[in-house]
Amino acid sequence: MELAIDVSRSETKRTALHDEHVQLGARMVDFADWRMPVQYDGVLREHERVRSAAGLFDVSHMGELFFGGPGALPTLDHLATNDVTSLQPGRALYTPLCNERGGVRDDVLLYRFDATQFMMVVNAANHAKIAAWSREHLQPETELHDRSEALSLLALQGPRSREILSSSRILGAIAARLHDLPYYHFLPGDGRDLVAVSRTGYTGELGFEIYASHELAIALWQETLASGRAHGAGPVGLAARDTLRFEVGFCLYGNELAEDVSPLEAGLGWTVKLRKADFVGRAALERQKREGVPRKLVGLELQERAIARAGFEVRVGERTVGSVTSGTYAPTLQRSLAMALVQRDALEEPMCVAVRGRGIPAQRVTLPFHRPAATK
Amino acid sequence: MEALNDMPDIPTHLKYTSEHEWVNLDDDGMALVGITDFAQSELGDIVYVELPAEGETVTQMESFGSIEAVKTVADLYAPVSGEIVGVNATLQDAPTLINESPYQDGWIVRMRLTDLQEVEKLLTADQYSEQVGEAE
Repeated sequence: MELAIDVSRSETKRTALHDEHVQLGARMVDFADWRMPVQYDGVLREHERVRSAAGLFDVSHMGELFFGGPGALPTLDHLATNDVTSLQPGRALYTPLCNERGGVRDDVLLYRFDATQFMMVVNAANHAKIAAWSREHLQPETELHDRSEALSLLALQGPRSREILSSSRILGAIAARLHDLPYYHFLPGDGRDLVAVSRTGYTGELGFEIYASHELAIALWQETLASGRAHGAGPVGLAARDTLRFEVGFCLYGNELAEDVSPLEAGLGWTVKLRKADFVGRAALERQKREGVPRKLVGLELQERAIARAGFEVRVGERTVGSVTSGTYAPTLQRSLAMALVQRDALEEPMCVAVRGRGIPAQRVTLPFHRPAATK
Repeated sequence: MEALNDMPDIPTHLKYTSEHEWVNLDDDGMALVGITDFAQSELGDIVYVELPAEGETVTQMESFGSIEAVKTVADLYAPVSGEIVGVNATLQDAPTLINESPYQDGWIVRMRLTDLQEVEKLLTADQYSEQVGEAE
């Protein structure tokens, strides 16, 4: 067999937790210019850990851009398709950022600290692009401060996550307040060592994300693994992060989302607020909404033991009608599933996925594939 | 620093291909075939195995099946030419046997060789170790 052996390039960046991962025996790979843990003790085991207990992720490759000043809110509201003016302090908001054609430049989380202070969390691969683009669009009296280099980001996800994090000594007074923290709310920290703890995540499970200094993140990583062991918690790499988000139908930038895919096509219509003030991409999205989207993101289940990988063609008979954006074996559901962008006129037709020369019949299934119990 | 137990297992009594298959030859022209410990570790958790049917003939270094892992897929290459006389049917329901036991329970096919000369093209454990060492 041909194996794509990963060779690290010298310029890849390391997170503050790099040595922790190596010590745990993680397999490290290059991902968006970062050396990241892709797996520790096996993707299936790590996936199951999050669904049944809790998993700890180092996602410090994500970027944190801080917007401050009287112009911060109008700046962000102009870049986002979602309504930032309705975002209350202490809450987070998921939103695409679009280009003028209505394609997605990035999908981000916005955190509002108070009337004039916000944090935007961007994907690692889009970090430089979005930082530069945001600077071009800053409105008067707005400051943009990129704190990505100084901050780590940990995620603890899974049904036992709240129990584990509540017992943290490092989080101090905040730990005790996690029990009452609703979905997509956050608790601000001191702003230096601890920026925020939020009820957010990328797995569909009960979970938290912690934005902190490198020093605090290392201490919290070690504390969480030690205290979490008795609960069945352990570290989880990027491979399981991908299968976990896939099962619950979350989009991944570079797969479901791209500069030539609109949020309406990707099933993110709920994040596009056409009634708010003008924003980048609005005209194109309004037109798409009026005329109907050319393509739609759908869920597919393969009817044979094969996996539809990203980029594989979706066909109706001999006609190519779309392509797979993500596909894998879904560990919780134990089925071979895929997400695909398919032309609107083909949605009701019987589809096949071309898997290495063979047309494998694929059944339409609703997204998300899986809904974990009681996440909100 | 890599821990010692992370070193891939490469048994000395087997022959290998540069594409990470192993072959266990016996005296009467039969061979057991699988993938190496290094290969299973690189692939990660295996979820489907596509195997040839018994009775099919295969040609040395041509693809005769595939292995789907969660993250990737890899073709299986026939280490020698011959007839497939047995396939490991337990892999259909328990493909991770290849991860857990690549040289024993995770064997993939049994073959009858048609050309014993082809064995000369296979790698020894030392030669394969060297190749894997360079990849790491």
